Amino acid sequence: MERRLAPHPDMTPLLQVQDLHVAYTSRAGKKSLALAGVSFDVHPGETLGVLGESGSGKSTLAASLLRLLPKNGKIQKGVVQFEGQDLLQAEPRTLQRIRGARIALICQEPSLALHPMLRVGEQISDVLAAHESLYRGALRQKTLQLLAEVFPEDPARIAESYPHQLSGGQQQRVLIAQAIACGPALIVADEPTAFLDPTTQQDILGLFRTLRKKFDLSLVLITHNPALLAGLADRVLVLYAGRVAEIGPTEKVLMLPHHPYTRALLRSMPARLDEPAKERKSRLPVIPGEAMDLEVFADGCRFETRCADRMDLCTKREPAAVAVDETHAVSCFKYGG
Amino acid sequence: MEELLKVENLEKHYQGARVPGTKKEVTALRGVSFSICARSTLALVGESGSGKSTLALCIACLERPTSGSIIFRGEEIAARPEEEQRGVRPKIQLVFQDPARSLNPRFSALEIVTEPLLVQGRSNKREREDKARALLAQVGIPQQKALHKADEFSGGQRQRLAIARALALEPKLLILDEALSALDCSVQAQISNLLLELQSLLGLTYLFITHDLAMAGHLADEIAVMEQGKIVELGPVEKVLRSPEQKVTQRLIMATPRLTDAADGLVVA
Repeated sequence: MERRLAPHPDMTPLLQVQDLHVAYTSRAGKKSLALAGVSFDVHPGETLGVLGESGSGKSTLAASLLRLLPKNGKIQKGVVQFEGQDLLQAEPRTLQRIRGARIALICQEPSLALHPMLRVGEQISDVLAAHESLYRGALRQKTLQLLAEVFPEDPARIAESYPHQLSGGQQQRVLIAQAIACGPALIVADEPTAFLDPTTQQDILGLFRTLRKKFDLSLVLITHNPALLAGLADRVLVLYAGRVAEIGPTEKVLMLPHHPYTRALLRSMPARLDEPAKERKSRLPVIPGEAMDLEVFADGCRFETRCADRMDLCTKREPAAVAVDETHAVSCFKYGG
Repeated sequence: MEELLKVENLEKHYQGARVPGTKKEVTALRGVSFSICARSTLALVGESGSGKSTLALCIACLERPTSGSIIFRGEEIAARPEEEQRGVRPKIQLVFQDPARSLNPRFSALEIVTEPLLVQGRSNKREREDKARALLAQVGIPQQKALHKADEFSGGQRQRLAIARALALEPKLLILDEALSALDCSVQAQISNLLLELQSLLGLTYLFITHDLAMAGHLADEIAVMEQGKIVELGPVEKVLRSPEQKVTQRLIMATPRLTDAADGLVVA
C-alpha cells in the first residue's frame, strides 16, 4: 500500500466549481432546484469521491460540468473553472474540444452508452477521430493500444466484438478505454460499478487505480455506496438534496463523519460482513422519511425534516460550510455557521 | 424444523439455439441440492453467470429443470404438468431487482397489487381492493398514494410495491432476486427492515439472491455459494463468512468493499 500525497494547498486546482445552481422545469411548469449552491475543487492527480443517493443531484452535477443537461435543465448560476476558463461561459466550439478530450464523462449503464450496432473498436476510433487527426492506420493502432490498457489479453478480439457479446464488466472497460482515449486531465465516472458483481467491481476499481497512476489522471467518482470510496478516493464530498453536506479527506468523512446525514447514512449499513448473532437479522437504524421533494423551496436546511439533531434555526436559513479543521468542512448549524 | 423447500440434484441444460455465439449446450445448473427451513432465510451468492437466477426460475416454476427434483411442502413440483403448477405458483413468489422494469409504469399502486388477485380469479372487486389496501399499508405505502401510477414512486417505494404484489397471493416462499441491489444504501436499510418485519409477522421463508455479502450476512440464516452451476459451499452464515473454505467464497469476501478500507488513510496506488 502506498500513501498518496495530499494536494499541496498552494497548487492551483484543476477544476474549481463555485456556487453552482441548476434547476429543472417539468412539463407542468414546476421548477425544482437540483443543485442549490455547490462548490468544490479537484486538484491535479486527485480522486474526489462524490457520495450521493438518488435525488442528491449527483448526475446533474456530472452533466453540468460539461453543460450536457437535458433541454428542461438550466444552469442558473455558478462558475466551473477548468484549465484557465469558465466552462459555463465557453463557446460551443471550445466546449466540443474539451468534452471527451480534456474531461471525459463515464455514465451509468454501459449498455446504453455503447452503440449496439457498431463494433467496439469502431466506437473507440470514433472518439479518437473526433479530437485528433490520425490516418486510418494510426487510428487502428491507437485503438488497439487503448484496448490493451483495459483488456491486457486479446484486445484485437474485443475490438471486433459487438457490445452485446461482452459482459457488463467488459462493457465498462470499453467505456473506460473511450474515456482515456484522448489523454484527458479529468475523468468523471457516474456509478461506474453499478450492477457489477463484487469481483468484477473490484477489477474495475483496480483498473481505475492503475490508470490514474499511469496517466496522471484526476478522477471524480460518483456513487451512493460509501464503501466503494473508502479504498479509492482521496477526499469525499457528501451531496444531499443539491447541497454539499460535508467534504474532507476520505478517512475523516467516512470514519469520523460530522454531518447528521453522513452519520445516519453510514449507521444504516450493516457494520461488518460477519456480524455477531445478535446483530444479525436486527433492525438497521434508518433515516426516517424519504429524500425531499426538490420542487419544494424551503428556506432552511434541506435535511432538517429527517434530521435527528434538528433545531429551530435549521428551518430559518441554510447552514454555511464550517471548517472542522483545515481539510474538513461541514454545513450544519451544530458546528456553527 | 420443518423443511419448506428441498432441492435435489437439479440440472438445467440449455440448447445452443438459446445462446448465440457460444457452443452447442450450456449447463446452467449441475447437481444442485439444498434445503430451506420454514421461516428462515437462505442467501444465495455467486458471481454473474453462476446459475443463481436460473435456480430461482426453476424453483418458481418458470423454467423446467432438465432433471432432479424440487420438493415444496413435501410435494414434488418440478415434474408436474403445467396445469398443476398453476396451483403451486401462488405460494412461491418472486421479487426482482429492477422495479422499474417489473412493474407496469401505467398501473396505479392499487392496480399493481390487485392484479394477481384478478388473474387468479379471487374474490370480488371490493374484497380485492380491501386486500390490496391492507397490503399497501403493510409495506408502508401511504393510502393517499394508492392511485398514483407506478412511475410516480421512488425506487424504494416501487420495491415496496413489488413486495406487496408478491404477498397478494399469500405465498410461503419469497424469492428475492437481487431485490435490494438497485436501491440506494439508506433505502436498502429500510427495505431490509421491512423484509425482516414481514418474515416475522407472516412466517415467510426467503431465498435471498444477492451479490452483496454484507446484506447476505445481515439478513440470512444460512448461505450457499454458487460457482458455475454448482453449490460449492453451504452453511450457517457466520461460519461461512468468518471461515470460508472455498476459494470462490474467499474471493467474494475479499472483493466486498468495506468502509474500514478508509481507516488508516492509506489508498492503494
